[in-house]
Amino acid sequence: MNVPLWPLAGLFLAISVSAHAADAAAVYSKGGTNPAAMACATCHGAEGEGMAAAGFPRLAGLSANYMRKQLADFASGARANPIMQPIAAALSREEADAVSTMLADKPQPQVERIDRTALVDGPGETLALRGAWDRNIPECVACHGPSGTGVGDAFPPLAGQSAQYLSSQLTAWRQGTRKNDPNDLMGHIARSLTEDEVTAVSTYFAGLTDKGAAK
Amino acid sequence: MKTHTTALLLMSLAFPVLADDIAMEDQSQILTGAGDPASSKYFQPPKESELPDNAYGQLVQQGRAIFVDTKMHAPDYVGNGLACANCHLEQGRKANSAPLWAAYTMYPAYRKKNDKVNSYAERLQGCFQFSMNGKAPEADGPVIAALSAYSYWLATGAPTGQELPGRAYPDVPQPEGGYDLAKGEQVYDAQCAVCHGPNGEGQKSGDLYVFPPLWGADSFNWGAGMHRINTAAAFIKENMPLGKGGTLSDEDAWNVAAFMNSHERPQDPRLIDGSVEKTRDKYHANDGVNLYGEIVNGKMLGKGI
Repeated sequence: MNVPLWPLAGLFLAISVSAHAADAAAVYSKGGTNPAAMACATCHGAEGEGMAAAGFPRLAGLSANYMRKQLADFASGARANPIMQPIAAALSREEADAVSTMLADKPQPQVERIDRTALVDGPGETLALRGAWDRNIPECVACHGPSGTGVGDAFPPLAGQSAQYLSSQLTAWRQGTRKNDPNDLMGHIARSLTEDEVTAVSTYFAGLTDKGAAK
Repeated sequence: MKTHTTALLLMSLAFPVLADDIAMEDQSQILTGAGDPASSKYFQPPKESELPDNAYGQLVQQGRAIFVDTKMHAPDYVGNGLACANCHLEQGRKANSAPLWAAYTMYPAYRKKNDKVNSYAERLQGCFQFSMNGKAPEADGPVIAALSAYSYWLATGAPTGQELPGRAYPDVPQPEGGYDLAKGEQVYDAQCAVCHGPNGEGQKSGDLYVFPPLWGADSFNWGAGMHRINTAAAFIKENMPLGKGGTLSDEDAWNVAAFMNSHERPQDPRLIDGSVEKTRDKYHANDGVNLYGEIVNGKMLGKGI
């Protein structure tokens, strides 16, 4: 008697799962219920890979909690951004959650592990792997992890982002226009960097790309 | 010929046993030479770019690699999630963060507590047994050779046998009325948890720690110098949050150090007859301010984990 119900339950489950997944994908590619929540894919690329030339960041593989926090901060104005503010404000909480979760599940670029063991060449790599302790600047990898692939919810990946995006954020921290980092951990470092250092270190991390097949 | 062979055989047999012994019982703190935190005149170690590209330079680089990524380059001797560079910042170069250039030139040194002269190799072995909760690398083996070479190179030009300013973590006076664990927890949650995790567990990238665990099974053991609240307070005040050293008040540094060190961690390898009390009496009773063998929140600390 009960037997026929099981496939039915499975069908409901399948429908609800696919409906949920469709939500995130639809928000991402077509926009949210509120028309002001424009499609993410327009600027962040079909697979969340970002749009390097325009400085739109990669989202694929970032921590879901990190992205949720950024969306909340855009909406509240804690992270000032004229493009993202109205979009984030128009996304429902559920839409923001769903799209963050979906993007977090997408793959990060697989970069070769480079940590402080490596020898350094040039100002960008020196900052990344040695820091500038005479100005209390730790090695970037001390918090963002080897190769800057990111650690946990508070330290996002640097590898996989474009030099345009990385330098724009460092510049925003330097100038005090971005300040939504925990305890000013990034701000106080960025304010000690020179413009040349911002360019060099952004170029360094942007250059850490997918492992070639030969490696 | 036969005698030689026997002697060699004995040596090789004896070696693993020796390596398992506690190389240096003494983990007492440096009592002098805290340095003047206001002074900007510290010994300057050579630049990495000045390192010669030869066998010596390669050994120094091996030592540096072990120092910054200890688990990866000396896995047999590391029993937890820490690296040398977690406590000795800027790869062992930073003044007031126990830099290698200030340590190397002070050994061999007589240490009252174990009543013997310790070589630099023995001092390094102590780090592995306590701070790294591992086992001592062989005194004449490649790990000690590389770390010694790295230390020697950093101390290039430093006077031998003289306390250099910046040798230790500068002392931080204990707050009047002592420390407060509850306030320490508040400091921890606000300032430390973002990196070290809500339960002191640290954070990893892949299999390896990026942010070191501060207590629990993967942290330093009860014999490490950092288990002293006064030492931890001095380290924290000088170095934490990373890159923002000197921003915590003395009181906050003490409170959060006490909070960190009021949690269970691996047993002191000097444990006597399985007794925390005996071990406390011999090694902890007169070793700064510490909670080994003390009752905190109804539980005796020091049982190990």
